[in-house]
Amino acid sequence: MSAPEFLRSAATAAAATEAPPAPRADATATRPGTAAATSAARRGRRPSVASIYRWELLKLRAQKRTFLGLGAAVLVPVIFIVALAANGNGPDEVPFGRYVTETGLAVPPVLLLFSSIWLFPLIVALVAGDIVANEDSNGTLKTILTRSADRHQIFLAKLLASFSYAILALLLFAGTGLLLGALRYGLDPLTSLSGTPIEVGRGLLLLGAALLAYLMPVLAVASIALLLSTVTRNSAAAVVGTLMLSLILQIVGIISGLESIRPYLLSTQFDAWQGLLRDPIDWAPIARSAWVCALYAVPSLTAALLTFMRRDVTGG
Amino acid sequence: MGAIATAAPPIEARGLVKRYGELTAVDHVDLTVEAGTVYGYLGPNGAGKTTSLRMLLGLIRPDEGAARLFGRDPLLEGAAALDGVAGFVEAPRFYPYLSGRRNLELMAALDGGDAAERIDAALETVGLAHRDSDKVKGYSHGMKQRLGIGAALLRDPRLLLLDEPTTGLDPAGMRDMRELVRRLAADGITVLLSSHLMGEVEELCDRVAIVRSGRVIYEGELDALLHRASGQAQGWRLRTTDDQAAWDVCSYRPGLTSLASGRDGLTFAADEREVAQLSLALARRDIAIVALVPAAASLEQLFFELTEGEEAA
Ligand SMILES: Nc1ncnc2c1ncn2[C@@H]1O[C@H](COP(=O)(O)OP(=O)(O)OP(=O)(O)O)[C@@H](O)[C@H]1O
Ligand SMILES: [Mg+2]
Repeated sequence: MSAPEFLRSAATAAAATEAPPAPRADATATRPGTAAATSAARRGRRPSVASIYRWELLKLRAQKRTFLGLGAAVLVPVIFIVALAANGNGPDEVPFGRYVTETGLAVPPVLLLFSSIWLFPLIVALVAGDIVANEDSNGTLKTILTRSADRHQIFLAKLLASFSYAILALLLFAGTGLLLGALRYGLDPLTSLSGTPIEVGRGLLLLGAALLAYLMPVLAVASIALLLSTVTRNSAAAVVGTLMLSLILQIVGIISGLESIRPYLLSTQFDAWQGLLRDPIDWAPIARSAWVCALYAVPSLTAALLTFMRRDVTGG
Repeated sequence: MGAIATAAPPIEARGLVKRYGELTAVDHVDLTVEAGTVYGYLGPNGAGKTTSLRMLLGLIRPDEGAARLFGRDPLLEGAAALDGVAGFVEAPRFYPYLSGRRNLELMAALDGGDAAERIDAALETVGLAHRDSDKVKGYSHGMKQRLGIGAALLRDPRLLLLDEPTTGLDPAGMRDMRELVRRLAADGITVLLSSHLMGEVEELCDRVAIVRSGRVIYEGELDALLHRASGQAQGWRLRTTDDQAAWDVCSYRPGLTSLASGRDGLTFAADEREVAQLSLALARRDIAIVALVPAAASLEQLFFELTEGEEAA
C-alpha cells in the first residue's frame, strides 16, 4: 500500500469516529477551558509500529544507497549467467559448479557460495549500518524523537525495515539467478551433494529452505551493523566496521590451529544451508547455525536497543 | 477553569544539571512556566538554553534533577510525556530527500491521531503551501525554519518550545514568526521561547529567565525587569553644533557619568531626568542639539550588564 493511500485510510478512520474538526476550529479547541478535554481525547493515541515501519521503508525507497545494494543483488547473477554463457563451462571447483549448465536450479546455490564472503555482508551493511547513523548525520533523530513515538517503537521499526531489506535483497539475488538460469539452461532435476537426483519440485522447496538457512547469518550481520550504526553514529564507520568484522571472522576461520572454534564463527554459518542439499538432509549444521547466529544477533540487538533508549540526542 | 488551576504546570523543572566533562552546561536550573504564559528564556551564546530545552524534551538525560511537562517526566514516561507538547531545538531538521509535505506526512504518522488532517492548514499558516512538493534539500534556511513551526503545529500543542525560532529569518519572516507566536499565545498556548535577542523577548514575553553560564541569574515578570532597567543610568550619544562647548556643560553636571568624546560627538551615562535637564542647559548656552539618542535600548543594556559583568560569587 502506498503512503498516501494509507494516510487517506487513516484519515477516514479518524473521521468515522468523530466529527472532523475544521482546521481553524482547532485553535479554539486548545483554549485553556477545553484543553483538558482535548488532552483526554489525545491520550492513548500512540502511532503503531506498523505505520512507523511503513515510513522507514518509504525512507529507504527514497534513498539512492538502497538501490545500490539491490542493484548489486541483481547485477551479480546477471554477470554470472552472461559469463557462463560466454564460457560454456561451470566453475568446477565449487559444489554444484559442474551442474549449472545442466539446470537452472544449480545457479542460486553457486551464487550463494560466491557471495557469502563479501557481497551479502556489504549489501546488508549498506542499509543496516546507515539506518540509525544517517538520522544522526541528518540531525533528524531529534525530529522524530519529539513526536509521539517511543524510542523502542522507532528502533523496532528500523530493525524490521533493515531485515525486510535484507530479505528483499536475498530474494532478488536468488530469484534473478534462478530465473536467468532456468531461461538459459531449463529446469531439470538437481544432483544433490550426495550425488543423488532431486526432483524439480522438491529442489525448489529445498532451495527456499536453503535461502531461509542463509538468511540467518545475513540477519545476524544486519544486527551487528545496526549495533555499529547506533553506537558509532557514523554511517561509514558502521558499514566498514561490519565488513571488517566479517573479514576478521573469515580469516580466523582459515587460520590453522583454530579449527575447533571454526563451527562457531559467524562466517561459517553462511555454508550451513548445504546440509539441506544432501541426501538424507543433514540438519546438524542448520540447527547449530540457528543458535550460533542467535548468539551473535541477540546480544547485538539488545545492546543496540539499550544504547538507543538511553543515548543523548545532541547535534543536529 | 477549575481543572486547569489545579492541573500540573506546563513546565516544571527542578535542579536540572547537565555536565559535559569539566563544563557545566546547565547548572541547577529551576523553571516553572504557568499555563498561558509566553516565557522568555534568554541568554548569550553557550549559556545553556538549547541544552535545557533538550532536557525538557527528553532528548538528553540530566545528570541531576528532573523535568516535568504537564506533570509527566519524559525520562520516565517517554513519548507520552510529550502529549500536547511540540517544538524544536536549534535548527529544525528534516529528511532532505523528501518533499516538505512528505516530511509533514511522516511527522503526522509519528504523531498518530488526527495530525494528518492538519497538514494543509499548517503549510498554509507558515506560508509554504506553494512549495510543499519541493524536496527539503532545496529549501532555504528560513523555509526549513518555517517547516519546523509547521511540523510543531501538526501536534495541536498546548505547550510550544521554540529555540531561537527567528534565527536566520529575513525581517518579514521575523515579523511573521512573532505574529504567529502572538496568535498562538492568544489561543491559549503556553510558549517557551529561547532567544538571545532582548528586543524579541521584550516584544513577546510576559515573563523571563535570564541565563548565564548555565545558571538562572534573573527570573521574573518582564515588567519588573523593565522597571529595573528604567531606574538605571543609561548610555547616550550627543551631537551638537559645538561639541567643545557641550563638553564643558556636560562635565559640570553632577548626574552625568562616563563622559567621553568620540569621532561623532560625546557619549555619557545618565538617567532620563538628567538628560532632559541637560538639553535645557545646552539651549541656555546657545548650543543646538543635532542628535541626542540612547546608545542602546535600556533593557538590552541591562541584559549585557547581567550577562557580561563579573561572575557573581
Ligand atoms: N554535546 C555536547 N558536548 C559538549 N559540550 C556541549 C554539548 N552540547 C552543548 N555543550 C556545551 O554546553 C554549553 C551550552 O550549550 P548550549 O548549546 O546549550 O548553549 P545555547 O545557550 O543554546 O547557545 P546558543 O545561543 O549559541 O544557541 C556550551 O558551552 C556548549 O559548548
Ligand atoms: Mg542554542
